[in-house]
Amino acid sequence: MKILMKIVLVICLMWIVMPVSGQSQARFPKPEFDTGYVQPDPSTPEPRALAMDYFDVFVLILVLSLATYFAIRRRSRGGILLLSVFTLIYFGFFRNGCICSIGAIQNVALTLFDPNYSISLVALLFFIIPLLFTLFFGRTFCAGACPLGAIQDLLIFKPISIPVWLRKGLGLIPFLYLGLAVLFAATGTDFIICRWDPYVGIFRMDARFIMIVLGVAMLLIGLFVARPYCRFLCPYGVLLNWTSRFSKYHMAITPSSCINCKLCETSCPFDAIDIPQEQAPASARQSDLKKFLVYLLIIPLLMGAGAFIGYKSHVFLSKAHSDVYLAELLIKHPEVKNDIDNLDVQAFLSAGETLDTLVKKAGVIRAKFKTGSWILGAFMGLVIGVSLLAQTTHRKNDDYRPDKGNCYSCGRCMDYCPVEK
Amino acid sequence: MGKDGHSRRDFIQTSVRASLFIAIGGLGALGASRATASHTVWQIDPFKCTQCGRCATECVMAESAVKCIHAYDICGYCDLCGGYLKPDANDRATGGENQLCPTAAISRNFIEEPYFEYVIDEALCIGCAKCVKGCTAFGNGSFHLQIRHDRCLDCNECAIARVCPSEAISRISIKKPYLIKGKFEVIPSVEPPKSSSKK
Ligand code: SF4
Ligand code: SF4
Ligand code: SF4
Ligand code: SF4
Repeated sequence: MKILMKIVLVICLMWIVMPVSGQSQARFPKPEFDTGYVQPDPSTPEPRALAMDYFDVFVLILVLSLATYFAIRRRSRGGILLLSVFTLIYFGFFRNGCICSIGAIQNVALTLFDPNYSISLVALLFFIIPLLFTLFFGRTFCAGACPLGAIQDLLIFKPISIPVWLRKGLGLIPFLYLGLAVLFAATGTDFIICRWDPYVGIFRMDARFIMIVLGVAMLLIGLFVARPYCRFLCPYGVLLNWTSRFSKYHMAITPSSCINCKLCETSCPFDAIDIPQEQAPASARQSDLKKFLVYLLIIPLLMGAGAFIGYKSHVFLSKAHSDVYLAELLIKHPEVKNDIDNLDVQAFLSAGETLDTLVKKAGVIRAKFKTGSWILGAFMGLVIGVSLLAQTTHRKNDDYRPDKGNCYSCGRCMDYCPVEK
Repeated sequence: MGKDGHSRRDFIQTSVRASLFIAIGGLGALGASRATASHTVWQIDPFKCTQCGRCATECVMAESAVKCIHAYDICGYCDLCGGYLKPDANDRATGGENQLCPTAAISRNFIEEPYFEYVIDEALCIGCAKCVKGCTAFGNGSFHLQIRHDRCLDCNECAIARVCPSEAISRISIKKPYLIKGKFEVIPSVEPPKSSSKK
């Protein structure tokens, strides 16, 4: 025991005395073995081949094309169902839900704002291709090619209809989520979409407890509130919604022309069917016009208020970045330097970086947050304003038809239409 | 609304669609000009790692993709191994109470007087870095952590990289997926110039 202590002591002394500069020297030279012992090499198992990544892009295009064909040409709900099972198995369980188009938003954002980051071509393609498809054919990506959409769609049990005001209100969340995700990705803070993806733990069948709880909770909610993530969270859905509104060949409920039989009225689990509307009477149109003008004037106010709130919250938001957090901690509580359990502080101290450089780095990041936050706030103001504005325009509509922005092209409603081709 | 209304709406639709098409295409082109066809993977730079222990707990998987590996090339084959034995170990023996590794993942094999070989059983290792800390502090630093690519899911953003206090984890080229300690003078140049550390 005592001998051991001595040896340790000697080693410690040697260690202090010995030059470790540049770590270019081993403290204990490698021995020469007499017995002919051959030292093994550390194994280095290969990462997944790049070719497989491009295969994923190929599968994505294939599935998107098939989903589009089933939704628009074949008008087959069964085909779309099969595709979503395939997507769930392949992109979900086999590929572990990564990379996905939703998360790729962050890679694109980081590319735009960080000159040192180079996006992988695969991530870029996953981001672009579904948007292009949606621009022409509607959200067939959501119907059949998105693993998150698939797992939710397959687990719809008894969908309840959600009142419009609630739907519109909750529908603002994805905009905020998108804005925050871009802000955090662009400042190199965090990829929140990936971190809080509720289903990815289920795809991997392995995650931290909290994420499993979140995933199961979302699936249970999804039994009654159809596609809760798609409708009230998905940030990529915002982009798909915008593009889908202008899609050229969006699927229709009826194969020829609507006879207003009302059979499909309640068929959509996502309340995404526009029902026929009479032209509003002149008096109503008058008051609508008034409202419209009022809201139009309010928009700049909303944007200003949003920008103000955003500006006010930038200090708080920027704390999500580890450098800012650490700099602030060290300035406000210099005594943490003595806390040996604070890993971040200890690592910082042992790295030999000065507090000045850290504060400078943190300052740069906070400045980025300042700009980003007020823009995000103004953007949210605009979004709220425009959605108010949309309440006042009632367009005359003779048919039952999918609301192009919110329809996932899942094809359920088509089976309710009695009209033959 | 008559036919005029329809054609006006069609016109708006078409022009917005065209602008969106250009916008998406522009974004794609901009991205493509900055894209790399060669994928990146996450890896730990063993020279930056300060053995904080988060690698064991922060990986998205319950069993971390990070494992300790042994760079035999720089190992001193010490009898008194700072990575194997607890500093207050009673004696230089293989008894569990003497071992630093909480899962007894390291085996100590006698080679010849006075040298011992230390082998890590990857299946048992949890990547806690206790041995790395010991070996780096008292030995040659031949134990070090690595993200094992047969286990790693290659997350879009590595959950450990986000919280690594030493910013030791970054994206590196898939062509050289490991930063292995060993030939000291070679290793630092392995890092590709365009690798992006997160921060
Ligand atoms: S295809 Fe029909 S049922 Fe499906 S989301 Fe669109 S409107 Fe709703
Ligand atoms: S989190 Fe970073 S410093 Fe901590 S053990 Fe892992 S690589 Fe090392
Ligand atoms: S001490 Fe930790 S890192 Fe080292 S071999 Fe054991 S489990 Fe792995
Ligand atoms: S990339 Fe993901 S799976 Fe790999 S080590 Fe990091 S957190 Fe774990």
